[in-house]
Amino acid sequence: MDTKKMAIIATKGTLDWAYPPFILASTAAALGYETQIFFTFYGLQLVRKDLSGLKVSPLGNPGMPMKMPFGPKWFKGINWNIPNAIQSLVPGYESVATGLMKMTIANNGVATIPDLRSLCQEAEVKFIACQMTVELFGFEHSDFIDGLEYGGAATFFEFAGETDICLFI
Amino acid sequence: MNFDKELDARGLNCPLPILRAKKALAEVGSGQVLKILSTDPGSVKDFAAFAKQTGNELLSTAEAGGEFTFFMKKK
Repeated sequence: MDTKKMAIIATKGTLDWAYPPFILASTAAALGYETQIFFTFYGLQLVRKDLSGLKVSPLGNPGMPMKMPFGPKWFKGINWNIPNAIQSLVPGYESVATGLMKMTIANNGVATIPDLRSLCQEAEVKFIACQMTVELFGFEHSDFIDGLEYGGAATFFEFAGETDICLFI
Repeated sequence: MNFDKELDARGLNCPLPILRAKKALAEVGSGQVLKILSTDPGSVKDFAAFAKQTGNELLSTAEAGGEFTFFMKKK
């Protein structure tokens, strides 16, 4: 049987959107897929050495429940519906929301992004960074983790054209 | 049931139980049995799907008090 293949294009650079590419890629690798992720535009944030800049923003995101990860059960159940206008004015709102999200992640036994990324690398998921956006955003190769390859759309298609699953995230 | 290795994946959430199981299976020989403990309700379907796709045999699945026990035989 031929090895199955999966390719993902990762285009988002926030903490919440960091999960789908790394979860799917690590799982695909565990299932025996040859897997590749192409990081482009804001997705480049996911392959930086320093991941502490990954944040989640509740602003303009009506799908995101704002619940507290601590306290008694009734308190945790409250959905803090803060109007966008207030969110946008309070300094550090995004950082606080990100801190709370990280606590919720830990409480639920969900892996951290650095962990999932290492698991992908251990499982030999191939990471490719879009050279054009690296230059567009003024990054240096030294901003990114080792083991990254740099290429363009044609590089992506070389592998993507042979895959069983191909996702744009 | 007899087993050769045990994996405690309790408290872990998707996709960690599967990733840890994959690692643990790499440490046992062909035909040996891995026992897996999990508290993730999603892992029931996930381990069945994992077995089907990797060719490892899921010998049994059991649930007691919110804990799931799986026995998987390496291909």
